[in-house]
Amino acid sequence: MEGSHAVAKAVKQCRPQVVPAYPITPQTHIVEAIAEMVANCELLAEYITVESEFSALSACLGASAAGSRTYSATTSQGLALMFEVCFNVSGMRLPVVMTIANRALGAPLSIWNDQQDSISIRDAGWMQFYAEDNQEATDLHYIAYKVAENPEVLLPALVCFDGFILSHTYEPVDMISQDEADRYLPPFRPVQRLDADDPVSYGMYATPEYYLEFRYEHDQAMKRAKKIISDAGREFGTMFGRDYTSLTEGYRLEDADIALVTMGSLAGTVKDAIDEMREKGKKVGLLRIRCFRPFPTEEVAKALAGVKTVAVLDKNISVGSKGAIALEIKDALYGKSPMVLDYILGLGGRDVRKLDIKKIVELAEQGMGDQFYGLRREVL
Amino acid sequence: MAGKTCELFECGHRACGGCGAALAARLMLQATGKDTIVCSATGCMEVFSTPYPETAWDVPWIHSLFENNSAVASGVVAALKMQGRKEKVVAIGGDGATFDIGMLCLSGAFERGHDMTYVCYDNEAYMNTGIQRSGATPYDASTTTSPAGTCSEGNRRPKKDLPRILAAHGAPYVATASIAYPADLIKKVEKAVNTPGPCYVQIHAPCCTGWGFEGEKTIEIGKLAIETGLWVNYEMEDGNVTRVKKVLRKPVDVYLKEQKRFRHLFKPAVNTGEIAKIQAIADKNAERYGIDLKIRKQEAPKAP
Repeated sequence: MEGSHAVAKAVKQCRPQVVPAYPITPQTHIVEAIAEMVANCELLAEYITVESEFSALSACLGASAAGSRTYSATTSQGLALMFEVCFNVSGMRLPVVMTIANRALGAPLSIWNDQQDSISIRDAGWMQFYAEDNQEATDLHYIAYKVAENPEVLLPALVCFDGFILSHTYEPVDMISQDEADRYLPPFRPVQRLDADDPVSYGMYATPEYYLEFRYEHDQAMKRAKKIISDAGREFGTMFGRDYTSLTEGYRLEDADIALVTMGSLAGTVKDAIDEMREKGKKVGLLRIRCFRPFPTEEVAKALAGVKTVAVLDKNISVGSKGAIALEIKDALYGKSPMVLDYILGLGGRDVRKLDIKKIVELAEQGMGDQFYGLRREVL
Repeated sequence: MAGKTCELFECGHRACGGCGAALAARLMLQATGKDTIVCSATGCMEVFSTPYPETAWDVPWIHSLFENNSAVASGVVAALKMQGRKEKVVAIGGDGATFDIGMLCLSGAFERGHDMTYVCYDNEAYMNTGIQRSGATPYDASTTTSPAGTCSEGNRRPKKDLPRILAAHGAPYVATASIAYPADLIKKVEKAVNTPGPCYVQIHAPCCTGWGFEGEKTIEIGKLAIETGLWVNYEMEDGNVTRVKKVLRKPVDVYLKEQKRFRHLFKPAVNTGEIAKIQAIADKNAERYGIDLKIRKQEAPKAP
């Protein structure tokens, strides 16, 4: 099944009532598939063909505040256009779930994959999950809704999967049944909603006497979410056999001297490269970050406690600083011994091969890092 | 909130004394009744009516951003439909939110045909940020971003004709109203919320602070706008003008000279050339909508 279609099918099983959507490459196959499901009454939902991504998320906001489960999908420029609304949705504590088919941001225009788009709304107060493959991308949607709608959390969530690399790739995906989905994810029961019988005001303005507390509570909810994500992941595993208890995934990390760290589909290539390096006696492992917000700081610190060197593979760059994952890792390991080296790579769809991973490990062994990897010679 | 309940739009809010927009909100809710969900754009009204933890709204109310009100309302309408609920959805915003920054979302919502009423309280400038010109600011009005000066007579462009733009989207009901005519305003909002599809009501809401007149004169100024033909109260059904408020027209200077925003047209000297241009706008309105009462047609004042 194509990644986008697997995601669309999972979304259908989550039974969103309102789906406002605007087309953008490489997200289109998801929203086209959902439009077809609505047209054939396979999904009973209001599908709103909005005139921009900005309106897509705004309509999600209205529908969620009115008490409906809502869904949209976007990427790159579309997410950038939603920027203002992103902070509003999370500030109003509305459990919207949105898929991101990760793509680079222009200029220059690029429709190809990196993770700059979702990383750029890192501070918008949304949960962020990153899938390694289409099975995980699919499963994470049920989990995202379950956590987002938990009254202890009430935060929106992004389920990110790499554009084209996953969204347009055919892989076997094991779908749970609708009955199973319903058992795992009961209907949305909002704590409050826009309702004439019990009027509430949403989105009031807060003076300096109150604003700080709103942000504190938002942050507290995000921190509480760690355990709730873990519980929801465990429950998914118990019911369907695929366990997501951990917010990270370790691969051959136990005795590793060098740990690679990344998010998303690159992890597959990294695992293959590790297997080959292991055969040659190199003690290399991988820590994959599945949940970037909330960031599993303690889990990461524990997982990387024994390694000598950490090589972070960032498909994003905070220009003038480092990659976003590297900064988190450094924070998690502050005061501990491992050396953390950052590699900015794969931006705008540049292919990252096993060979590249091996070269990075060699660089890390020499203590060389904090660089763009794989640059064309003419810019050097 | 501790005080006595006045109406669905409660007393105790922070609007200026004589605020036309506050009156518009109060009359609007009198028309819609309590089974209404209000979506509000950023602006004066949002700020003066909802300082956390207080609210003036006794109906469910949501404010998201400056420019996305119509899109938020689209989502609310969709959710209510899926839940089988019957509340009416009314979006309300000032002229900046409606004519300018929210135009994209407004156009999209009207084109898609959601069952909602959009109410614009038109006070003809960005009042919340300190009286900057908008697409609804009338010709020659002095604002903080279109100030009258030694080489400018204020705002250089006439008001955007938004009602017709929305009627051109296929809106079944479009109306203009004024807080100076409350019964008419209520009737129009009632009609809008009871007409299926996207309906639009644009309410002239004089702003004593922004226009420069005493708060007790709000109604009087609103009436003068209509009596001079600079504001026309009309209804459009399926794109056709079906009803118009007729008047015994007065010359525009009786309206202009009451407001500081037009003071430069009278001081230090009367600028007859510019006043004539504004009179021509009123004359064109009169001709276009047929607002002149026939009995006095011969006696109607000529443009100076």
